[in-house]
Amino acid sequence: MLDQFLYGIEAAMNGLMTGIMYSLVALGFVLIFKASGVFNYAQGVMALFGAMTLVSIQKGQIPFYHLINATFGTDIKYFGWEVPALLAILLTVCVMILFAWLVERLLLKFLINQDPVILFMATIGLAYFMEGFGDLMWGSDLKVIDMAMPALGIPGLPQGGSLFIENATSGLGTDRFFGFFIDKLDITAAIIATMLVVVLTVFSQYSKTGRALRAVADDHQAAMSVGISLRTIWVIVWSIAGVVALVAGIMWGAKSGVQFSLSLITLKALPVLMLGGFTSIPGAIIGGMIIGVGEKVFEFIVSSSWFGDAMGFTMNATENWFAYVLALIFLVFRPQGLFGEKIIERV
Amino acid sequence: MLDTGDNTEVLLDVNNIEVIYSSVILVLKGVSLTLDKGGITALLGGNGAGKTTTLKAISNLLRAERGDVTKGSITYRGKPIDRLDPATLVKSGVIQVMEGRHVFEHLTVDENLMTGAYTRRDGKAAIKQSLDLVYNYFPRLKDRRKSLAGYTSGGEQQMVAIGRALMSNPETVLLDEPSMGLAPQLVEEIFGIVKNLNEVEGVSFLIAEQNTNVALRFAHKGFILESGRVVMEGPADELRENPDVKEFYLGMSDKGRKSFRDVRSYRRRKRWLS
Repeated sequence: MLDQFLYGIEAAMNGLMTGIMYSLVALGFVLIFKASGVFNYAQGVMALFGAMTLVSIQKGQIPFYHLINATFGTDIKYFGWEVPALLAILLTVCVMILFAWLVERLLLKFLINQDPVILFMATIGLAYFMEGFGDLMWGSDLKVIDMAMPALGIPGLPQGGSLFIENATSGLGTDRFFGFFIDKLDITAAIIATMLVVVLTVFSQYSKTGRALRAVADDHQAAMSVGISLRTIWVIVWSIAGVVALVAGIMWGAKSGVQFSLSLITLKALPVLMLGGFTSIPGAIIGGMIIGVGEKVFEFIVSSSWFGDAMGFTMNATENWFAYVLALIFLVFRPQGLFGEKIIERV
Repeated sequence: MLDTGDNTEVLLDVNNIEVIYSSVILVLKGVSLTLDKGGITALLGGNGAGKTTTLKAISNLLRAERGDVTKGSITYRGKPIDRLDPATLVKSGVIQVMEGRHVFEHLTVDENLMTGAYTRRDGKAAIKQSLDLVYNYFPRLKDRRKSLAGYTSGGEQQMVAIGRALMSNPETVLLDEPSMGLAPQLVEEIFGIVKNLNEVEGVSFLIAEQNTNVALRFAHKGFILESGRVVMEGPADELRENPDVKEFYLGMSDKGRKSFRDVRSYRRRKRWLS
């Protein structure tokens, strides 16, 4: 029984880490939603696009090589050099900022003062466009992320279980308990996500631009009236969201390879948002944790043999739907989410 | 138009503007008005007369609402401003306080005021000085500086909105309906502060107001709008003595209270007026 309990805890801890990975995606949503009231459906694709760009730049891949080959009958793919990871990250960040600027220029500019639904539809269009554009630019083959930075002494993103935790905890249970298995990548992601949240919170609470972002989130018109340029703010917000998407893309890409299904993490971020609230940065993190832990622990319980003995049935693959059911319950009882913006009502 | 006799400098000159919303709805049909340097101009008229639209045409918040100035010109210090974006306009000293208060609800009073200094580039010390000045004029806000603006009272929110505009260190404030939804003594208090700001700090105000009585008491000049046209203008004290203004806007008449029977002639006269 002790072992069972410990395995439960292990499941919970793994859930916590996965949850933080969800939060990374949800974070990008929250940023854009707060500043422009737009639910950015393209956030997941942005993560995919960011990760794709990063890997391709690293490998020195020629953009649009398919197109070039098809048009000119050539057979090229690589420039023939490799870009160090750190430089590639910087270049990708520049690409994401350029992308944000283009989105504002070509899309948002024309949709000022439109219904949120119209903006939402525009982001759906954007998502599908980017998906195709990313494939066209970098090819649709599965890419592997390699974050080795020899200059900084970083051998790359850690993979596999943490031996340290495993050894430290192996004494807890009986002989058949081998200690907690926790993925090192998940731990890294958790640390990075925490750092991101701290940086973003400090930025939005204490900097002048952060204050302007919150002002725009509250009241577009009033923000314009005091001379805050909405268009500048939108470029800033989409840039930040692009960088957050890149981080999410790197983490998820390292976990499951950079390929199309990466963009579907959008769908995992949705319940996180409903739980945490669309407008709260800490909410995105805690919502992610609750969902991560919830789905792992729930799965652990309902698929265990003792649950089967007691109830007469077991369930599997509950992770596929657990988050959505939880989100649904939240929508009924607390629509603004756990940490959603206070609905201010003066009496 | 301003009579050429006096030598005050005209700061803001709106010349015969026409405003069309969504390319079809004609809202202003030739509005002209002026604001002198260091003056207070009241823009009066009922609901839908075009006061807010006039103000937004000046501050250029109109374009975000799909409105457009299609005729006429707006100049500030002799330079055309009708193609500037609101941010540039704020930098050049013209800022609008929007109708219905529009504070940033989820920001504290302090933060609200600080957003007003967004366009300023003259250093933290100067901004701090402005903040102290605003708290000096609105001591009520000082007590509530740490509370969310959304939770403050209507009067306080109006003060936050005006204070926020002052934080941009403006030369001219376009004040849209400051009395809206406020108790009479609060209206007095706010207009008193406006007057003070005008006299002590030299800020010029263009105030759109339905409350003709109060506005004409504090303003130097008045313009009366009626369905998108200026129907009457002049120095504030002259307007207050004008029998038509008295009857239509102040609800007073020489013959005492009007009976409902006179409504028809009233309407006809009013139509003729516009």
